[in-house]
Amino acid sequence: MDLTPTPSQTVGPYLHLGLTDARSISCIARDGAKGERVRLTFRVVDGDGVPVPDAMIELWQADSEGNYASQDGSADGTGFRGFGRLATAEDSSCTFETIRPGCVPGPGKTVQAPHINVSVLGRGILKRLATRVYFAGDTANASDPVLTSVPENRRATLLAQPDPARPNNWVFDVHLRGGRETVFFDV
Amino acid sequence: MSFSLISAKGRHPRESVAPFRRHEAGTQPDSFYPAYRATRLRAPSQPLIYLPHTLSEVTGPVFGHSDIHPHDQDLTLQHKGEPLGERIIVRGRVVDGDGHAVSNSLIEIWQANAAGRYAHSKDDHPAPLDPNFTGTGRTLTDNDGFYSFVTIKPGAYPWRNHENAWRPAHIHFSLFGPAFVTRLITQMYFPGDPLFEYDPILQSIPDEGARQRLVSKFDLETTKPEWALGYRFDIVLRGRESTPFEE
Repeated sequence: MDLTPTPSQTVGPYLHLGLTDARSISCIARDGAKGERVRLTFRVVDGDGVPVPDAMIELWQADSEGNYASQDGSADGTGFRGFGRLATAEDSSCTFETIRPGCVPGPGKTVQAPHINVSVLGRGILKRLATRVYFAGDTANASDPVLTSVPENRRATLLAQPDPARPNNWVFDVHLRGGRETVFFDV
Repeated sequence: MSFSLISAKGRHPRESVAPFRRHEAGTQPDSFYPAYRATRLRAPSQPLIYLPHTLSEVTGPVFGHSDIHPHDQDLTLQHKGEPLGERIIVRGRVVDGDGHAVSNSLIEIWQANAAGRYAHSKDDHPAPLDPNFTGTGRTLTDNDGFYSFVTIKPGAYPWRNHENAWRPAHIHFSLFGPAFVTRLITQMYFPGDPLFEYDPILQSIPDEGARQRLVSKFDLETTKPEWALGYRFDIVLRGRESTPFEE
C-alpha cells in the first residue's frame, strides 16, 4: 500500500452541515477549569479586507498549567478539554469561552509563551492554515522560540489584543492574504 | 452542545515530542490555485514559516464513543423513510505513514443528496431536497483502523466558479488522527468520473498519483448482495519522523 499521506481538500461552503451545525464547541473550558477566564473573538477577512462569513476556526490549547489533555482526558480533572471549533457568523466573527493557557515546554530548554494553536478552514482554503494566538503584553512573549522566529515586522499579526471596553475579552484578526496577512506556519 | 471529549483526569506526557514527517512536494494541493477562484483572495501570499514540532503540535483532541449516536454511521436511517438514490457502503482503513492503524479516531462526513443538493440553507441549486436525507455522518475507526458508512451516492452539482462548472460527486471527510498536525479534511471521489479533469479543486493537487489517492475504488468485497454497492477509501495520515524500534 502506498503510504504517502492523503491530500487535503477544501471544506467547501457547506462545512456547517458536517462540522458545526450540531458539532460546534464554543466552550473550551467550563466553569470549573482553573485559570484566568477569557473570551476570545476571531474575525476573518480576505485579501480585500472583506469579511469571510463561511470560515471555520478550530483551537487546541493547553490548560492553565501548560498541560495538554491526553488520551485519558483533561489534565486538571476539572472539565478542561482544550479543543474548540466554531464557524464564523455573517459578520465573519466567532467567540470562544476559555482560559488563558500556561507556558508550554519548547524545543531544547526553551519555554513557549501562553499560546493557542489555530486551524483556519473554509471555502477557497485548500489546506488547513495553521497559526497561533499569543496574548499581547505577556512578558513571556519576548523569549518565545516560535514568536521570535517570525520576522519582527509580522509578529504583531500573532497577538490577540485586549478589548479595552470589555475586561477579559480578546480579539484576534485573521487576515488570510494581503498587506496585513497573518503569519501562517508550515507545520 | 452534543459534542464532548473524554474528561477523565490525565495529561499528555511532556517528555514525548516525536515530530511528524513533512509532506513531499506535489502531494498536497497548492494553497493559491487561481483556477479555483476563491483561492485568489483566501490563500496566503507570504511563504509559510517553518514551525518545529513541539508539544503543541504533537498533541491533539481525543474523542470517544459518547460522541457517536447509533445512526451516525448509517445516513439512510436518520429519518422516518429511506432516502432516494443509490444506496452504497463506503469502507476503508485509516493508517499513518508507517502503515500503523489509526484506531479509535473520529471521522466525520458530509455530502449532497442523490440529486446533488445539500441540506444547507446556502445551497440554492434547483434540485430537490430529500426529506429523508441530511447527509452527515460520523464514526470512530475500530482497533484496526477500519471504518464504514452506509449512505446514498451523492450527485454532481453546479457551482459558479467558471462557465458551466460542475463538481464531481464527492463525500467530504474530516479526520483528526493523534495530533494537531495530523488533522485532515479532504474529499472522496468516485471512480471514473468524467468531471475530474474539469474540477480545479481536485486539479489543485499537482501530482497525478496524489490526486488518484482521493478516488475510491469499487469493492466487491464491501458490496452486499441484493442490497448495496461497496466502495473502498483508505486514508493515510502523517507518520512520525522516527518511529521507535519495534520488538
